Amino acid sequence: MLCASGRLLAAQAATTLPAPPQAPGPALHCRRRELHFPGYPELPSCDPLAGRLVRQSVPLGRRAIRRRGKMPPATGGGLAESELRPRRGRCGPQASRAAGRDVAARAAARNPKGPAWGSRRFETASRWALLALVTLLSFATRFHRLDEPPHICWDETHFGKMGSYYINRTFFFDVHPPLGKMLIGLAGYLSGYDGTFLFQKPGDKYEHHSYMGMRGLCAFLGSWLVPFAYLTVLDLSKSLSAALLTAALLTFDTGCLTLSQYILLDPILMFFIMAAMLSMVKYNSCADRPFSALWWFWLSLTGVSLAGALGVKFVGLFIILQVGLNTIADLWYLFGDLSLSLVTVGKHVTARVLCLIVLPLALYTATFAVHFMVLSKSGPGDGFFSSAFQARLSGNNLHNASIPEHLAYGSEITVKNLQMAIGYLHSHRHLYPEGIGARQQQVTTYLHKDYNNLWIIKKHNTNSDPLDPSFPVEFVRHGDIIRLEHKETSRNLHSHYHEAPLTRKHYQVTGYGINGTGDSNDFWRIEVVNRKFGNRIKVLRSRIRLIHLVTGCVLGSSGKVLPRWGWEQLEVTCTPYLKETLNSLWNVEDHINPKLPNISLNVLQPSFPEILLESHMVMIWGNNGLKPKDNEFTSKPWHWPINYQGLRFSGVNDTDFRVYLLGNPVVWWLNLLSIVLYLLSGSIIAVAMQRGTRVPAEVAGLSQVLLRGGGQVLLGWMLHYFPFFLMGRVLYFHHYFPAMLFSSMLTGILWDTLLRLCAWGLASWPLARGIHVVGILSLLLGTAYSFYLFHPLAYGMVGPLAQDPQSPMAGLRWLDSWEF
Amino acid sequence: MKRIFFLDDSGPPFGHMVLALGGYLGGFDGNFLWNRIGAEYSSNVPVWSLRLLPALAGALSVPMAYQIVLELHFSHCAAVGAALLMLIENALITQSRLMLLEAVLIFFNLLAVLSYLKFFNCQKQSPFSLSWWFWLTLTGVACSCAVGVKYMGVFTYMLMLVVAAVHAWHLIGDQTLSNVRVFCHLLARAVALLVIPAVLYLLFFYIHLTVLFRSGPHDQIMSSAFQASLEGGLARITQGQPLEVAFGSQVTLRSVFGKPVPCWLHSHQNTYPMIYENGRGSSHQQQVTCYPFKDVNNWWIVKDPRRHQLVVSSPPRPVRHGDMVQLVHGMTARSLNTHDVAAPMSPHSQEVSCYVDYNISMPAQNLWRLEIVNRRSDTEVWKTILSEVRFVHVNTSAVLKLSGAHLPDWGFRQLEIVGEKLSRGYHDSTVWNVEEHRYGTSQEQREREWELNSPVQVDASRNLSFMARFSELQWRMLVLRSDDSEHKYSSSPLEWVTLDTNIAYWLHPRTSAQIHLLGNIVIWVSGSLALAIYMLLFLWYLLRRRRNVHDLPQDAWLCWVLAGSLCAGGWAVNYLPFFLMEKTLFLYHYLPALTFQILLLPVVLQHISDHLCRSQLQRSVFSALVVAWYSSACHVSNTLRPLTYGDKSLSPEELKALRWKDSWDILIRKH
Repeated sequence: MLCASGRLLAAQAATTLPAPPQAPGPALHCRRRELHFPGYPELPSCDPLAGRLVRQSVPLGRRAIRRRGKMPPATGGGLAESELRPRRGRCGPQASRAAGRDVAARAAARNPKGPAWGSRRFETASRWALLALVTLLSFATRFHRLDEPPHICWDETHFGKMGSYYINRTFFFDVHPPLGKMLIGLAGYLSGYDGTFLFQKPGDKYEHHSYMGMRGLCAFLGSWLVPFAYLTVLDLSKSLSAALLTAALLTFDTGCLTLSQYILLDPILMFFIMAAMLSMVKYNSCADRPFSALWWFWLSLTGVSLAGALGVKFVGLFIILQVGLNTIADLWYLFGDLSLSLVTVGKHVTARVLCLIVLPLALYTATFAVHFMVLSKSGPGDGFFSSAFQARLSGNNLHNASIPEHLAYGSEITVKNLQMAIGYLHSHRHLYPEGIGARQQQVTTYLHKDYNNLWIIKKHNTNSDPLDPSFPVEFVRHGDIIRLEHKETSRNLHSHYHEAPLTRKHYQVTGYGINGTGDSNDFWRIEVVNRKFGNRIKVLRSRIRLIHLVTGCVLGSSGKVLPRWGWEQLEVTCTPYLKETLNSLWNVEDHINPKLPNISLNVLQPSFPEILLESHMVMIWGNNGLKPKDNEFTSKPWHWPINYQGLRFSGVNDTDFRVYLLGNPVVWWLNLLSIVLYLLSGSIIAVAMQRGTRVPAEVAGLSQVLLRGGGQVLLGWMLHYFPFFLMGRVLYFHHYFPAMLFSSMLTGILWDTLLRLCAWGLASWPLARGIHVVGILSLLLGTAYSFYLFHPLAYGMVGPLAQDPQSPMAGLRWLDSWEF
Repeated sequence: MKRIFFLDDSGPPFGHMVLALGGYLGGFDGNFLWNRIGAEYSSNVPVWSLRLLPALAGALSVPMAYQIVLELHFSHCAAVGAALLMLIENALITQSRLMLLEAVLIFFNLLAVLSYLKFFNCQKQSPFSLSWWFWLTLTGVACSCAVGVKYMGVFTYMLMLVVAAVHAWHLIGDQTLSNVRVFCHLLARAVALLVIPAVLYLLFFYIHLTVLFRSGPHDQIMSSAFQASLEGGLARITQGQPLEVAFGSQVTLRSVFGKPVPCWLHSHQNTYPMIYENGRGSSHQQQVTCYPFKDVNNWWIVKDPRRHQLVVSSPPRPVRHGDMVQLVHGMTARSLNTHDVAAPMSPHSQEVSCYVDYNISMPAQNLWRLEIVNRRSDTEVWKTILSEVRFVHVNTSAVLKLSGAHLPDWGFRQLEIVGEKLSRGYHDSTVWNVEEHRYGTSQEQREREWELNSPVQVDASRNLSFMARFSELQWRMLVLRSDDSEHKYSSSPLEWVTLDTNIAYWLHPRTSAQIHLLGNIVIWVSGSLALAIYMLLFLWYLLRRRRNVHDLPQDAWLCWVLAGSLCAGGWAVNYLPFFLMEKTLFLYHYLPALTFQILLLPVVLQHISDHLCRSQLQRSVFSALVVAWYSSACHVSNTLRPLTYGDKSLSPEELKALRWKDSWDILIRKH
């Protein structure tokens, strides 16, 4: 078994490490265990090596008969006791029972300080050394040449920029929740980045700006993926070789490596996803000791990681779903356990609600609170949010502003659509092009603040200037007939029976008339929603509708982007369907009227829950808005698992420093094969069990590992992959990586189990045991070799493209769709 | 009907064929334009027979509801109740009286459920008997018919598959059966529920394609190859073209992508403007565009760059994958060129032009390498219609692409063609096929122009295999989207449960008699209520059973679960997916889900009366309540009858009185 090679390594490690005090620690430890479980009179040897030593003398078929297919975990001896604490949890009664059955009689007779002790230390040390080795390798690969290339790669332009926004405290809008960008900003801040770099476009040189802090954070978090996956698989399969295989797959995957090396959200997201998965698996294995400190620790860690995952990207919802499903299954099992009283079950439920719902929600909300607190200055994201929201950003003209409260004739106003991210009613000196309705001035909506957003509200029947001081102030009331004159061009808001430019069933809205003189098509009835006649119209707070008098249609914005002639602003139409949607509701935002007294707007400041809700609505809207255009190359979900096409991170031509995000094809195709094999073998085993076939205990144990452990991982893969088929937004290759982590874990578990089954099946053959070792070793070496071949993808390559026979990558372009 | 090819995105052809069958039997000749709602049918339209089949299907749904409840092992009373509810549901009546497909879909849905239940009950007594086989096969047939009528039928099909799979899983666990017997059971199910529906579905398409062999209004959407297989239209032209494109061939190149409109590679005398509106400069060479109409300017000549002749040599030298070609525009004799100048509308790509050889500073870069995308071997010959090709520019490795943008006025609003520098993988907009083709024979420019203007000569024909046509048609149906997403009567799924919306189908031209799709509000509300009660009770029982408290006897529990999984499950699968859909939704999409809800209602009522009413008194009180409720439902149905049948003109006051909800849009004539 592979442990053998691990042990050799461990032996070396052990010689260099200071030997821990042997006698007192373990002795105490064992005594405590003895006291703890008086039901097991035998000396609770938790020593797998002792088990192995003995097992060799036992008939092969009876080897390692254990419930739940657990390998006895390591405890005692070895490295510092305190570090071991979390791991001791697995050494529950089953483990000791499992290990005990074969060993008990002999071990009991054995001197605890005999050879078993030495080998136990070996074993534990080897486990720790392996973990350390895996971690070290992972860190080494991730941090190797981290500073290259010293220019912006791909989405660094977004996320680096957003990190800078945090440092500069300017408000911005993004479709992802804030935690990931906040961490990036924090790392930048701590590493001395001052937020002055502009992050304009990929390829810009960083020059003297310090970017290593931000990349370092991502690489640091990305490096933890490998040890996390290792520990998860170890816990699920109780097999070192499976865990090692998984770790190798992930370490040597060029895709994971590339993705972890740049300022992106994905390494942070994947870190939290894997942390949640690991702590979930850990608390599951603590299930035999509920409410112990360890149990609480893992449970709340799961909650924390969930909050983290969701706080980085909404993809975190999938891991929440997985933990939720697992928890429901868990509770269902507990609920059916009639030995537990309802009170105990209630305690279980409450604990989970607390740790998996309340705690993450609180943390998630807290990240938003920090987000809003840090970003207190007005910035590029203002226009996406409602008027009330903007009132809290310093630098925005609504911040601490005071404006007249009620709308009066002669006021200059801006009118904002209530639907998110539509913007202000806007017009400019450009006509609709020929063939698109009447050739009159365009009316659009525009997200940014601009003088062309200003309109003057006038009476429909007179053209006299209401600001003339001789006239008394006359307020606009619900149901009044008004005319809206565009301030800059003096044209009236107008509609008529021509079809709108994009939404053919609506009417076109134009600017018409000269110096405010138009026709009856310029008359609009202003209505406040849910209001009786006669009332005044409040700035910001009244939701108004503008109904065209002649055609009876309602002014609205369809939210569609006009072509280039309309400067890619949004279409404004007059909709004949009187259905009430937010698209046809407006509010008055700026309001200038010298004749009216100003009042302070501070009362408007929305409460925190309102802000939270609004920012979520805007994010969801933004995500839905990322639609692929026709004639654009987009990545399809079915491309991903077959590694059909990568993403260019940097560089195009043969003189550039090129980095190409592409999975290591050996790893990825192995993963693909494993999923098929898993489904096949899993269903065979499931059918056999349903038919009630009797199998030897060892096979039963292995199939349990395959079905339970593998099943959980498979569920994770499915949850992180299949929802993308339903998504309408633009998809990219890197969306697959969380699923890829799960698929690699599945590969590890599957091949280890299959090889063990093979070895068991050929038990009569003398070299049977070798099959497992050779199989795992060849997989490991194959992966490592393929990494050696493909590593320039991640670490960057210069020189001719791969089509060229002189290229270092020549012959490695196995698919035509790869572009490096 | 007139055997004209058409394409509809709502569903596969079976439903339309059913309607057409009714019309055909009634002697309808198909000469009526269905263009306007409310138009009077002329005398030659056998309205009655066209509407007969949907009405028949709607009528048969009532006894089937009765049978289903009976097969679920509930009492005759409950079964009669279910049938009565189906009978007095106004929305179902309206929908089945008109020439619409929902009634047919509901019929097949119910048939599938019913036959599966019959089969399931046979299973216990006599597996592999004649009736067992009959019902099993009928389930498969009904499922495929449901899918064939409308794609919504897939949801019911999935439900049946899941239920069957769960039952099969229990069967596997049944250790009293031998392995062979279990295998036979599984095989029979697989054949009946998977193979038969698939075969039938293909059969529908086969009939559809054989019946509709003439070209029609939707031709343009399909590929050239598909069009060529339809009689008339393109096939008239393409029949008898030479198959292999040779050097010297004259061809038209059609973009495979076909979005926003299908178009052909085109060029004309006009040049790109020196300076665009936004200040960028162009090469000022001859424009190359994509033009959505047939035109003599769409002809291109495939030229061998090493020779100077533009005619096909004899024997013709075919063009193969990887060959270098020049494309010479037939009318202007200039060759297709691209260079490192930003394209007019997509500045990230290269401009494509026809090279003008005077007064220009740039060298000609007019060599293109031909890549046949769907090649089988690397030496494949370029074939008319069948080959999908890409043109890769030799100097810059840009790919000829349709960008989809419209050029401004100087480009006559034709579509822009660009050279895509970074060809990021395969995309349909870079792929072209030859549609019209002939061998060029004349050397002189003048003669060539005359030749291009003459019609193509004809000498052989080709046909697409059925499977190829099927898969293309199926694919187009699935990806075709109607873009207009707003309609006066469109509604959102949430409004359906509480019946907050209606659809006006017809208004009498003079009186105010009108037909609305409007449900029986009592049934809708109580149906939703019953569903909620069922879910709560189910959860409650489930939790109690888990704690080993058995409220219900085992067989009653199994009945309860089966009824729920079919009825509540049927409702869920027919309703919930609409939340994910982005197309325009109407109230009638809810009707299949509603029928399942109606089936659930009496089930829940009987369960309450049998198991929750403890004393005789409670039971009689409950029965009285149920009777009162039924009579109120009947009353509502009767009140709404004028809107269902549209047979009686109501006064505005009466109409207003019927407008129980503000959101109902009942048409009131202004006098």
